[in-house]
Amino acid sequence: MSDLTTLKYTEEHEWLLIDGDTATVGITDYAADKLGDVVYVDLPAVGTDVEAGKVVGEIESTKSVGELFAPVLGTVLEINDAVVDSPDLVNSSPFDDGWLIKITLSGDLPALLSRDEYVALTAE
Amino acid sequence: MTDAPVPPAETGVEPRYSPLHDVHVAAGASFTDFAGWQMPVRYSSDLLEHHAVRQAAGLFDLSHMAEISVVGPDAGAFLDAALAGTLSTIAVGRAKYSLLLAEEGGILDDLVVYRLDDHDFLIVANAGNRQVAFETLAKRAHGFDVTVDDESDDTALIAIQGPAAEGVLDELITQDRLAPDAPLAELRYYRALQGTFDDVPVLIARTGYTGEDGFEIYLDNDTAPALWSALAEAGAPRGVVPAGLASRDTLRLEAGMPLYGHELGLETKPAQAGLGRVVDLGKESFAGRDNALPAEDARVLVGLTLDGKRAARAEYTVVDPSGLAVGVVTSGALSPTLGHPVAMAYVDPAVAAVGTSLGVDVRGTVIPATVVALPFYKRS
Repeated sequence: MSDLTTLKYTEEHEWLLIDGDTATVGITDYAADKLGDVVYVDLPAVGTDVEAGKVVGEIESTKSVGELFAPVLGTVLEINDAVVDSPDLVNSSPFDDGWLIKITLSGDLPALLSRDEYVALTAE
Repeated sequence: MTDAPVPPAETGVEPRYSPLHDVHVAAGASFTDFAGWQMPVRYSSDLLEHHAVRQAAGLFDLSHMAEISVVGPDAGAFLDAALAGTLSTIAVGRAKYSLLLAEEGGILDDLVVYRLDDHDFLIVANAGNRQVAFETLAKRAHGFDVTVDDESDDTALIAIQGPAAEGVLDELITQDRLAPDAPLAELRYYRALQGTFDDVPVLIARTGYTGEDGFEIYLDNDTAPALWSALAEAGAPRGVVPAGLASRDTLRLEAGMPLYGHELGLETKPAQAGLGRVVDLGKESFAGRDNALPAEDARVLVGLTLDGKRAARAEYTVVDPSGLAVGVVTSGALSPTLGHPVAMAYVDPAVAAVGTSLGVDVRGTVIPATVVALPFYKRS
């Protein structure tokens, strides 16, 4: 598993692994657990321009639908085809094989949460 | 990511807990609010629990459901007057699905009624309708020599549902813990028999809400944890798992069974929901009789299957090929057993025929859908 302290987080329960000008984005184990078994993932097309806070996809469980928000400004570089074929990866490996999209960053990063801040948020 | 289910809103009302709550906590259950009760929504994975019920069996805690006893010389006559069906003629040991109608003809609750003895009936009502069901029955009991009691607080309910269910109960019988008054193998669907578990009285019913063979066992709260543990232990080698309300919902949806608050409500007339057969218009008089029939153009409940993988969910709009709104989805999910989305919806009678091509507006995208016969899933 990734070292969770090296990741950044959003209040919408996404995580980001930032490497140079690329951000890998997924949803946290907390979010996956709250959703229940994920059965469908809808991701944006590669090349889509995204903007922080805008809906770019959907994550459906048997019980509910979650919207995926772009956490940063940029362009979709890659999507995880494996998770489209096997949405259960979001539950079984939320921080690794269950990653959702990679975004090429443009502009500055918005304010993001540290691991400690995120854990405090979900402990409420 | 938003819209992940959140803990129940702080309403200021103390949540209610099942007598099995500690057992569920120890099993690692996630809980959800259901009609004011904190009940297990899943233990590990709702898909795993769903498949376990279809292939082995699942153990459900349904202690939140309401049990109302009706006892007295007029019990049968009272139920015939208070409910939409005829209960006075069912044999002792039989169960019957029935409806409690408002005087205006809408559905106050859907119920299962067991005849325990000539003058002794047990009514099982939905947790969310406990109060209205009890109060309505109590009010309608005036003039009848009958006692209506709400026994919900003293009654636990454990269901074991799935093809392995009978084998698990047989195992408890072999262990000399469960002792039905008659052989279990002779207990047919929608019948019940009395007996004991650890010498405590139980009612064993061959009923359920999953589309599988199975049993529902009523007993007192204090004995419920011991029965649950015994069923879980005997069931584990057979692939039986505890199952939460999330799987119960997808199971009943596949089985085409209505859920109060979704397919049934005060605005629904029985025939709209395909429950015309439950209403015995041959009876001269019963509450709601004069208004029980829907208008000719009233929407009717249908099953839909959708293309792709995206589920239609409650309150989504059903459209015809021209884009005109012709109905509303009441329940929907990606069917775990069938692998494609299924939904129940109320649609205009003109588009209700099996095979009709429709669409469902899934958050701005119209997904092609086809009207199909219910149930979606029938056990072989």
